[in-house]
Amino acid sequence: MIDTSAVRRDFPILGDGQTIYFDNAATSQRPASVLRAVEAFYRETNANPLRGLYRWSVGATEAYEAARHKVARFLGAQEDCEIVFTRNATEAMNLVSYSWGGANLRAGDEIVLTVMEHHSNIIPWQQAAKRAGARLVWLEPDAEGCFSEEELAKIGPKTKLVAVTMVSNVLGVTNPIRELAARAHAVGAVIAVDGAQSTPHQRIDVTALGVDFYVFSGHKMLAPFGIGALYGRKALLDAMPPFLTGGEMIELVTREDATWAPLPAKFEAGTVNAGDAVGLGAAIDYLETIGFDAIEEHENRLAALAMEGMRKMPHVTLYGPTDPARHSGIVTFNIEGCHPHDVASVLDSEHICIRAGHHCAQPLMKFLGVGSTARASMYFYNTEDEVARFLDALGHVRGWLGY
Amino acid sequence: MDLKALYREIVNEHNLHPGHKGDLPAPTHIRQGVNPTCGDDINLQLEVDENGVITAASFNGSGCAISQASADIMIDLIEGRTKEEALALADAFLAMVRGTATDEQRELLDEAAALEDVAHMPARAKCATLGWHTLEKVLREEGEE
Repeated sequence: MIDTSAVRRDFPILGDGQTIYFDNAATSQRPASVLRAVEAFYRETNANPLRGLYRWSVGATEAYEAARHKVARFLGAQEDCEIVFTRNATEAMNLVSYSWGGANLRAGDEIVLTVMEHHSNIIPWQQAAKRAGARLVWLEPDAEGCFSEEELAKIGPKTKLVAVTMVSNVLGVTNPIRELAARAHAVGAVIAVDGAQSTPHQRIDVTALGVDFYVFSGHKMLAPFGIGALYGRKALLDAMPPFLTGGEMIELVTREDATWAPLPAKFEAGTVNAGDAVGLGAAIDYLETIGFDAIEEHENRLAALAMEGMRKMPHVTLYGPTDPARHSGIVTFNIEGCHPHDVASVLDSEHICIRAGHHCAQPLMKFLGVGSTARASMYFYNTEDEVARFLDALGHVRGWLGY
Repeated sequence: MDLKALYREIVNEHNLHPGHKGDLPAPTHIRQGVNPTCGDDINLQLEVDENGVITAASFNGSGCAISQASADIMIDLIEGRTKEEALALADAFLAMVRGTATDEQRELLDEAAALEDVAHMPARAKCATLGWHTLEKVLREEGEE
């Protein structure tokens, strides 16, 4: 059981006492320990890392590499050098699409995606496919968010890559990554996983999952904006050309040419975001103190309460699996006759923050047959009382909109 | 005005019972407007006579209550006006959204001025201006199709 009143005291912004923050799938809030860790970095050891010829720079390098070690352990990577810091999941997926995609995709190859991908795991592959003359193949889930054998069989001899989200930012459903990885490997393909929505909510072990690439953003899991990471299997990363080029990623530079630094520096061109990497490390510490078992149990309980209440409302349509425990705290819905933006605006006037729109998942909206949806997404610091207040406000939305 | 009061007093009526939704029998101007961030779209139709007077206007489309109501209110204002007057109204509305409208412009906007608060919410400004931007385009570009 999570003691939410104790946990909420760790989050300065939640102290305002009236705002219900249900937009955690967009970005989470940050605990004071993360804010303090970032500030401490700049107060105590700020210097350009990785050039350590004096104490502060050595300290900055150590703090940065300690954060990398934490991420590696957190994700179950075999070695620290398999973790490349990026701005976010989007940049990490772009790295894979340009570097691995550029070196490996050929005309006629197939890239298998699911229709529930976020644009961050669609556009990089659309572009990579265009550059290579490869083709996108789409897996479509059933009403419960599951893939039939027929759909999974689209992973075939022409498949070079399976690029799939672990948790849908709209449906909340967790995809069978281990099985998808096995199927990808069975046909000689690699698998790249968008972990933006899964990493904040469940224990990840990239080795046990058997994935080749895994990307995530820190800001959805208590860390500052602007820091995320790519996990890549070492053999793959070693064989890949650089993505961005410039300082720090080189070994030797002549007027004509250059050789590349070993991993992970090869993929970290330019001065790195050490301060926020330290913040990400502190966020991991915080999440591990709470524990993912407790986080999942809490989120599932809140989702169950919310969905149960919403199912009693005659004009509310819910999206995603029937079982609240398969939602990762994400409850996407529509209210008949009410545009999601109006729903969000009315709830905002009750100090309830939700997301409305296409959630950067336009192909999924089209697949669901809707233009847009509203989404309440909960995290471990949300409370049953907040869910009750949300349901009460939701019950009045149609009235406020003239019905 | 409190947002809920705004919906209750102005937006809902225009959204649920629009006075100008549908097709014109013989439009002289038709223009499609889209708000790509939220998918709202509007099809604005005008009938402009030989003296440059907008004798009739209507809209079709789908979107949030703010975008639909704003378009309906806009048409209330522009029917019977000349193209120049309608453009002056569009200038006034867009100035209001930017926060640079004069008192005179606000007065000109009549009921549309009630959308000022919602227009200042960055996420909703595009909803409120969709109809007006479409009007501006169709009149400035004389986009007869």
